[in-house]
Amino acid sequence: MPRSLAASPPVDHPTGPDLPMVQARAVRKAFGDNEVLKGIDLTVDPGQVVSLLGPSGSGKSTFLRCINHLESIDAGEISVNGSLVGYRRQGGKKHELRPAEVAAARRDVGMVFQSFNLFPHLTAVQNVMEAPIYVKRQNRDAAKAHALELLARVGLADKTAAYPAHLSGGQQQRVAIARALAMEPRLMLFDEPTSALDPELVGEVLDVIKTLAADGMTMIVVTHEIGFAREVCDRVVFMDGGVIVEQGTPADVLTNPQHARTKSFLSKVL
Amino acid sequence: MTAQTVLPTESGHAEEPIVRLRHRGRWVAGAVLLVLAAMFVNFLATSPKLRLDLVVGYLFERSILQGLLVTLELTAAAMLVGVVLGTVLAMMRLSDNPMLRGVATGYVAVFRGTPILVQLLFWFFLGTVLPQISLGIPFGPEFFSISTNTLITQFAAAILGLGLNEAAYMAEIVRAGIGSVDKGQTEAAQALSMSPWLAYRRVVLPQAARLIVPPTANEVISMLKLTSLALVIGLPELTTTAQLIYGRNFQQIPLLIVASIWYLVLTTILTFIQSRIERRTSRGVLGATRRRTRFAIGGR
Repeated sequence: MPRSLAASPPVDHPTGPDLPMVQARAVRKAFGDNEVLKGIDLTVDPGQVVSLLGPSGSGKSTFLRCINHLESIDAGEISVNGSLVGYRRQGGKKHELRPAEVAAARRDVGMVFQSFNLFPHLTAVQNVMEAPIYVKRQNRDAAKAHALELLARVGLADKTAAYPAHLSGGQQQRVAIARALAMEPRLMLFDEPTSALDPELVGEVLDVIKTLAADGMTMIVVTHEIGFAREVCDRVVFMDGGVIVEQGTPADVLTNPQHARTKSFLSKVL
Repeated sequence: MTAQTVLPTESGHAEEPIVRLRHRGRWVAGAVLLVLAAMFVNFLATSPKLRLDLVVGYLFERSILQGLLVTLELTAAAMLVGVVLGTVLAMMRLSDNPMLRGVATGYVAVFRGTPILVQLLFWFFLGTVLPQISLGIPFGPEFFSISTNTLITQFAAAILGLGLNEAAYMAEIVRAGIGSVDKGQTEAAQALSMSPWLAYRRVVLPQAARLIVPPTANEVISMLKLTSLALVIGLPELTTTAQLIYGRNFQQIPLLIVASIWYLVLTTILTFIQSRIERRTSRGVLGATRRRTRFAIGGR
């Protein structure tokens, strides 16, 4: 299985050790009349692995998507690595960024989706090479070498020329992780990465994420895998009804929940 | 049921032979078709008025071949206008800008809502209401001016009439193709820091192409036959040329057969190319081996 996944150790980046990787303050978001986020405050420090737990409709996936501006927020603010997400602060107001600026701001944030979203018209290695070549303007050979290395590290050295349709769900999700890592992100977002997988394929994907955690990657993982949260995460955040109900170390939240809502949720999933 | 019970032998009924179902209807249909075919052949062979020798004689006649060339040129030019303008219109209809959306929707409504024959005549007679076409600042000085009848020849009117009409249909095809690409694809591209245009070009359009190409190939085949409408503005393409000849020698049916043979040859070739392209564009998708049959004959 994977040895080491981080392409370069995170210490290479000129990040102040005190600066949080993600800081969210009073984040609100509504779809029409339905308010899904009702004031979220969350801080994630570099190197931390945080899991978001909660019933469906609790707003955890929406919040994750707000962090890289796939959804825009209605109030509050989110900053990643010290810079505001989706807006520029000027003259006491927040101005919306242009699409190209939003795209540039996402460079440091990788994302893995529940439904993989691999590009079906490209092979595994082409999927991984695509963004480095066309976004980072990397040399094709260098990008390919890096892509092959990443695929080998997620255990898919023999599947580099396969199209997504010919890969199992677990293999597709591992390609998707390699694709996100190819941009050398400092923060990885996982949106229910194992929910669409057959039970026997969940392990291979979680193993890759564990290796990433061991390498010191900062990660936020929306998941229903309580065992994974307990084993790998530094912190567990339980959300319900668009607010954070409680958060703390896995030992605190998962074995000794304080809030009635957390207790009833855990009693159903454990 | 009064099926006789046969006591099972040691091997059960496994050794009994199987009697296949008889398809009597097929034999009856075959016989009817045979009679009809015999009647048709008899008509071809014995009718003195049907001059099949003329068909052979005119098939490679110089003016017919020239008409064929004009048909091919017109098909290519009109499809080029249709595809390029249609793609632009589709992107306008999908844009966030309400003005662009409105213009594109209006265009499609007008060009799909009026007969193509009327549109052809409209462009051909444009010179009667707009004698001069000029390039300049609106309501200001003109840099360049040309007579409409010089600019819009029969060929140009045919390209405009067929091409602008085709653009309205292509816009719908391209829009449907782009619309059917999963939204997760755009999101994945965005999450990889791609700009909207790059995501469109590298992720959405290649996948949309797989859905756009087959109906576009159908449109090409359709267009090949629609060019015969240029008859009404007197452009000497294949059908017009055939008509000009039978106008002199009164051999209508032999000359229409000549034209039909050429149309059939071309649609057959295009259908073959279409199936090759489809096989190529469906790579990377499961079920690519499942082939669809398509009939080229018969337009919209």
